[in-house]
Amino acid sequence: MTAVAWQQQVLLRQQVEEFLYTEAALLDAWQLGDWLLLFDEDAKYEVPCNDAPDGDPARDLMLIDDNYTRLASRVDRLNSRRAHREYPHSRTNHQVSNVRVQDASAEELSVTTSFTVWRFRAGRTCCYVGQYHYRLRRGDGGFRIAAKRAELDMTDLRSVGDVAIIL
Amino acid sequence: MSTRVEPWVTQESEVAAQMPIVVDDPAARRFRVHRSAMTSPQVHRAEIERIFAKSWLYVGHESEIPEPGDFVRRPVGGRPIFMVRGVKTGHVNVFHNTCTHRGALVCRQESGNSKVFQCFYHAWTFDSEGQLKGVPDRDAYAGGVNFDELGLKRVARVESYRGFVFASFDPDIVDLPSYLAGAKDYIDIVIDGCGGSVEIVRGTNQYSFAANWKLLVENSIDGYHAESTHDTYLKYLVSIGTDLRGGVSGRAIDLGNGHAVIEYGAPWGRPVAKWEPLFGEHARTEIDRLRADLVARHGEDRAHTMAEVNRNMLIYPNLIINDIMAVTVRTFYPPAPDVVDVTAWELAPVNELPSLRERRLDSFLTFLGPGGFATPDDLEALESCQQGFVSGGVEWNDISRGMGRSPMANDEEQMRAFWRHWQHQIGAAADRAGAQ
Repeated sequence: MTAVAWQQQVLLRQQVEEFLYTEAALLDAWQLGDWLLLFDEDAKYEVPCNDAPDGDPARDLMLIDDNYTRLASRVDRLNSRRAHREYPHSRTNHQVSNVRVQDASAEELSVTTSFTVWRFRAGRTCCYVGQYHYRLRRGDGGFRIAAKRAELDMTDLRSVGDVAIIL
Repeated sequence: MSTRVEPWVTQESEVAAQMPIVVDDPAARRFRVHRSAMTSPQVHRAEIERIFAKSWLYVGHESEIPEPGDFVRRPVGGRPIFMVRGVKTGHVNVFHNTCTHRGALVCRQESGNSKVFQCFYHAWTFDSEGQLKGVPDRDAYAGGVNFDELGLKRVARVESYRGFVFASFDPDIVDLPSYLAGAKDYIDIVIDGCGGSVEIVRGTNQYSFAANWKLLVENSIDGYHAESTHDTYLKYLVSIGTDLRGGVSGRAIDLGNGHAVIEYGAPWGRPVAKWEPLFGEHARTEIDRLRADLVARHGEDRAHTMAEVNRNMLIYPNLIINDIMAVTVRTFYPPAPDVVDVTAWELAPVNELPSLRERRLDSFLTFLGPGGFATPDDLEALESCQQGFVSGGVEWNDISRGMGRSPMANDEEQMRAFWRHWQHQIGAAADRAGAQ
């Protein structure tokens, strides 16, 4: 790899990291309406079951399989005072690391990262650990999310109870 | 520190000894459960010994192990168990997951296919029928050990009904069909409604929460809580075009032996076989065909029950089969009075049209799944109850709703059926004196 290509790759990764940190900050600030704006209208948000991390939503049971409409409903639900599990809200801390740009074309990027999402509520602590798989689109104002998939490393949800928050 | 016991303590205990935890007063139309049932370590211990060791417990579904040598391992009644389809016999074998030599687990993967199960500790090897086939240095044993007797230990009783495999640690328990009593016919309705052949969908929900297990029993068959607890889910249904007019109406039935069901009409569609606009026009023909098929096989009345009526069923003590917008098979175990480990699967007809399967998967995960729009709020409600019990001041839960009338689906008769059997089975161990 030439020095220029290397520089470009590092720059791209930094741009992606900047975008993912912004996304994490919106989630942690519970600015879910603004967070939703990061997604394209044909986007998907998926969380497979712990015992089937390669789960295919057309065939396998998923924990979450949101198209844009359902994702918007999820945001509405969490913004209401009737999502009892999340009212009052958890405090969360979305940590993104090990960012790798796997594949980049002129239009789209494939990105994998590690994540740790801490959740604190009513004196209790729990933590989600796993890998994010993103498809990001390049747009005029930066990246847009075409797909976000959170594959959990925990073997089950016993320590976290549910996935009521957004990972 | 004084060890003097106040006189009133003794008197209180004497009174309490004559007072069961479940107080069923049909004349007064009052049914109450003392909250120590949910908080007392003594009651919890008694439940493990008298209920979980003495009932038929759900192990898994035969569709999980279709081929010879297929196995799954999981805790049943809190004990590590594995279920394997025997290579020689094709039978479903359910074994205690422990080496007969010195105890280590012999099945150490969640699922898979294997002809043999080798304990890695000293390499004792068992086949899929449980026979001990390999012992290194067998010559070192001077004839004092009969290796034929050291096969894997089967769980005392194993039987299946329509593909649902149950086991009991009690060798003297009644046979499974007698135990299931009125629940048998409802299992038939679920399976026959799915065309007679069902499978567990890949992907398991395994979650836990901090409350008593009997609160999940109640919640799983509770037709009264949806409007208040699941407001956001109902709003979601409306947003995707479900017509909520007509609401939920139906009845509650005591099925005997602690089993109970609520059956009711509800606004949502059912992949078998109640079409709603959300399914799309293309699915209408298929759903009509499925329904016509049910009518041809079972007659209009039973086909109506299968197609349009929803069922939330408890099979005592810890199996839920809810046949609603999707079918869930849910079992749970309490490692402590205020902890529940839940394992839930989705059941579906084999060879289902992909578009209907997708709708079914969607419906399951949005309502029943731990990442959905309803289950997290149930967990919050149950944990909230448990926290409320700890507050004290109030001793009793009231479960009287619908007494004195023909019980409806949003009444509490189905919970009373559970609690009556629970009190009967646990006996004096659940007197309030025992709970203190």
